[in-house]
Amino acid sequence: MGLFNRVFSKKNRALLAELVRTDFKLRYQGSVLGYAWSVLRPLLLFGILYVIFALVIKSGDGIPHFPVYLLLGIVLWTFFTDMTSQSLGSIVGRGDLIRKISIPRWIIVFSSSILALINLGLNMIVVAIVMLINGVPLMQTIVFIPLLLIELYIFALGISLFLSAAFVKFRDLGFIWEVIVQMGFYLTPILYAMSIIPVRFQKLQLLNPVAQVMQDARYSLVSHHEKVVTIWRVFGGDWYVLIPFVIVAITFVVGLMYFRNQQDSFAENL
Amino acid sequence: MKDTGKRLQAEDSDSSVAIKVEHVSKTFRLPHNRQNSLKGSFINLFRGGDRTFEKQEVLKNVSFEIKKGEFFGIVGRNGSGKSTLLKMLAGIYKPTKGMITVNGSLTPFIELGVGFNPELTGRENVYLNGALLGFSRPEIDAMYDDIVAFSEIERFMDQRLKNYSSGMQVRLAFSIAIRARSDILVLDEVLAVGDEAFQRKCFSYFDRLKREKRTVILVTHDMSTVERFCTKAMFIEEGKILLEGKPHLVAAAYSRSNDKTDESTSYQSPKQQYPFDIWVRDSAGKETKSFAYGNKMVVELSWKKPDVRHIGLAIFRANGEYVFGPNTYQDSYSLKDSNKATYTVDLNLNEGEYFLKAATMGENDNNIIEFIEEGPHFKVTRDYDSGRWGGVTKLDHEWL
Repeated sequence: MGLFNRVFSKKNRALLAELVRTDFKLRYQGSVLGYAWSVLRPLLLFGILYVIFALVIKSGDGIPHFPVYLLLGIVLWTFFTDMTSQSLGSIVGRGDLIRKISIPRWIIVFSSSILALINLGLNMIVVAIVMLINGVPLMQTIVFIPLLLIELYIFALGISLFLSAAFVKFRDLGFIWEVIVQMGFYLTPILYAMSIIPVRFQKLQLLNPVAQVMQDARYSLVSHHEKVVTIWRVFGGDWYVLIPFVIVAITFVVGLMYFRNQQDSFAENL
Repeated sequence: MKDTGKRLQAEDSDSSVAIKVEHVSKTFRLPHNRQNSLKGSFINLFRGGDRTFEKQEVLKNVSFEIKKGEFFGIVGRNGSGKSTLLKMLAGIYKPTKGMITVNGSLTPFIELGVGFNPELTGRENVYLNGALLGFSRPEIDAMYDDIVAFSEIERFMDQRLKNYSSGMQVRLAFSIAIRARSDILVLDEVLAVGDEAFQRKCFSYFDRLKREKRTVILVTHDMSTVERFCTKAMFIEEGKILLEGKPHLVAAAYSRSNDKTDESTSYQSPKQQYPFDIWVRDSAGKETKSFAYGNKMVVELSWKKPDVRHIGLAIFRANGEYVFGPNTYQDSYSLKDSNKATYTVDLNLNEGEYFLKAATMGENDNNIIEFIEEGPHFKVTRDYDSGRWGGVTKLDHEWL
């Protein structure tokens, strides 16, 4: 625990809390509804997509509680993209601090990730409310939800560390990441039941940790219906099921190492 | 592999050394045309990497030691490398070569009010800035009232910082900064901002630091501050230590080196920018902007506006301190010419930078016709062999 105590020393914790508080205040300053927007935004997106995909196109393919299924997907996707996109610019955005004071650099990325976590928490409350309205029965598999969220967070943190450090040198990354996120929106089974696409593609799709987490979370929280495709179901007992977890671990380690390698030169390159 | 520099953080309470700098160099790689994009990087890759970079050695093999309890002054012109050195001491930059050992905790207020956010209120900024200095929320709670009282802006604490005047911001930042408890303090040009009252507060803070025998590193252009507070000083030029030792010797060397540069650049009177003409000459009638202590300065004024009955001329220190300013109305002197005048004064002033303000007036000194807010600057230098004293001017005095 020596490392943990040093990294999360009293000083660093106080600074982290203050940075999160500042970002929290600043983000929606001047807007009338203020922080409500962090819940309203995914809800409005959900409303639009619900009308198109659940009512018009009927992409639910008979999955029970499809609105909740859809909302959960949107909430998890919003968390992933918000956290990575906001972290991407976090080091550059705090250039004034980095050039003038020697604080641990990771605190800046970490504080923007905590902000995304707070939003996720608020949105999960909305999911719970919609579950109640929709009459979704509570299943024992709900215990997996925290583990899945941790997996998603670690994946997003690895990407955030890499992006925030690389963005200092390569400003094109902002646009590139935007395109990747847009692509990911359609490649990840957010809007449709996976059962409507061929099994071959299902297998490929679920190697993406975000898709794997999303499907596992839907299985654990919304429905065990056979059409809720998860990585465990498509691969059976095959070792392939480990691939997303390995990707998460490698992403995190590579992101962290790259960040550590670059952080000493942030002040000069900014 | 090239050897890379290191910065070590030690906790050795027995040692008398606070900071040890050994053979430290810092090189920046300056891209000729900065490539912040992937495309640019790709192109550079194919062109063969480093070719578009220029290496700039900002510090060259610098070694020195700062003892605990020392008030250590660092002087040098802009671009001499002193800010880079300071940033390395603070751990913001990493040395390219060499080793820096810092013994004890170090608070860098490389600048006042780091992290101040204009969209936050004064109160919120106190907490943010305090956290950056390493204070927890309860600790700031406990000192909050004192901070506000010291800054003298109680009424504005719940207003956003963007509505503050720059003077108020500086006062607030300073009130937080002086709370820093660390063993070593790094102060970069803190005096360059703020008015006279603020400078007095700064000086009494410096006095306190000296009494408490804290280790202080002070970077400043003001030689009188160096002489008054520092126990040791260092003069950096072009990335090298030119002189290290007694503050008054370092200050004198710095002033001399500045005079040299002034003379080498051909002096042009900047009269075009003023509403009326003003020339600064020495007693031989030569235009100059550097005087030795006690020498005569001759100022010539000439104007085009009609009905000018009186003129005033004032000397200010570069920091805005008012030194002396008579006018012909107060002196009951009537001008001989209707469009020009000459003024002479013995510069019994301490060394430093000064400037002139000038005004043309009508019937009395309430009736200003034209005004030069910041006229020609000039320097006063002092010869230390003829005794030393402190302050702005030397008054006749006697010890009884």
